[in-house]
Amino acid sequence: MRVRFWGTRGSLPVALDTAALQAKLVEALLKASGKSLRSAAEARQFIEHELDFAGSHTFGGASPCIEVEPPGAAPLILDLGSGVRGLGARDMGRADRPRTYNVLMSHMHWDHIMGFPFFGPAYVAGNHIRIYGCHAELEHALRRQQAPPSFPVAFDRLSARIEFVLLEPGRRYDIDGIAVTGMLQAHSGDSYAYRLEHGGRALIYATDSEHKLEDPRESEAFAAFFRDADMVIFDAMYSLAEAVSVKEDWGHSSNVVGVELCQLAGAKHLVLFHHEPAFDDAAIARIWRDAVRLEEITRGERAPLRVSAAYDGLEIDL
Amino acid sequence: MNITDRRIGKAVVLEVTGRIDNDTSEAFRLLLVPFLRDCNGDGDRLVLDFAGVDYISSVGLRVLMLAAKQAKKQGGTVVLAGLHSVVKEIFEISRFNLVFQCFASARDALAAAAPRALAASKGA
Repeated sequence: MRVRFWGTRGSLPVALDTAALQAKLVEALLKASGKSLRSAAEARQFIEHELDFAGSHTFGGASPCIEVEPPGAAPLILDLGSGVRGLGARDMGRADRPRTYNVLMSHMHWDHIMGFPFFGPAYVAGNHIRIYGCHAELEHALRRQQAPPSFPVAFDRLSARIEFVLLEPGRRYDIDGIAVTGMLQAHSGDSYAYRLEHGGRALIYATDSEHKLEDPRESEAFAAFFRDADMVIFDAMYSLAEAVSVKEDWGHSSNVVGVELCQLAGAKHLVLFHHEPAFDDAAIARIWRDAVRLEEITRGERAPLRVSAAYDGLEIDL
Repeated sequence: MNITDRRIGKAVVLEVTGRIDNDTSEAFRLLLVPFLRDCNGDGDRLVLDFAGVDYISSVGLRVLMLAAKQAKKQGGTVVLAGLHSVVKEIFEISRFNLVFQCFASARDALAAAAPRALAASKGA
């Protein structure tokens, strides 16, 4: 399965501003001073090998959208945050139209649906969009955000054929060759984690979830749901200190709980996701480094857990 | 996981040993209950000496957060002391180092929080 991240920011899309861009340029130019970079290829080598992640990349600012492409099965889109605009723009240039899109919704909060009015393929007659989720309000939420006075194009004017399919948590479904099971998570208005299985690989999408540490049965249930997963995409929006104090009951989790649950579950790869919009690249990179370090110092006899931080444009093959 | 206590003036030092993990955090919480109940006046300090703690999980850290909240509400304070390398790193990674005052040793915590009590205990 190929996993492609189109949007990784939580709550609200953000953009790298001039001050942040110039700070990266200053750092790069200072590190390059005295070096002889005579071609674009040499400059790229320098960027790749000499700069740290926050100096050479940005985590990006689109809100949640992930594309899962299993070999031999139809792709599955996870959430319709602002990142889905780019996915749609790519497909508008493809020759193999009309296409069918399967979409799986974690929940219907604004940051997870706001990209749909800008999803080009929804405006193309002949395309077929099937939207799956465990919320009874799937259709209502998408229609409402395009209703006046919020948007100029009404939902009924979308030319694609759009279907809504309500799923029951805990039940295993086959969505065009991918086995999908949902699990209820603690979040305002509820959210659902999904376990996707295909070709012997398992991917967990568990965003917008607060893990109630006082209830050991909750941790055990999530560890069972994550069991032996090849990848766990996990809400790591806050520090643990924030998540259990000033931001308690805000519905999000931390890098620390992500590492612990993956260790309990025997998962292989943790991907930190749903980054806080107030954090710059250096802050998110620090959260990532901290999670890597936590895994190292608490690993014990377990197999190593790989830890990554998702960024817009990241692709990972499972 | 074990706790032993000693009172020095208005401060109580709890020496905690072992792991505070998902299996022991509830026991840790229950052991703190009577000491937190008494940490209720102006100047009352609870010094948690973690020199003997090997590991603390998120569940254990949450117990500490609740303890600090309760003590503060009652007019007392909870501080940490003696965090060794792994536990110190866990505090930094979880940002609990920004919430709690952490001292190198229980002695330092007492000197900072209750200098007169420490001086009195020296004379005893």
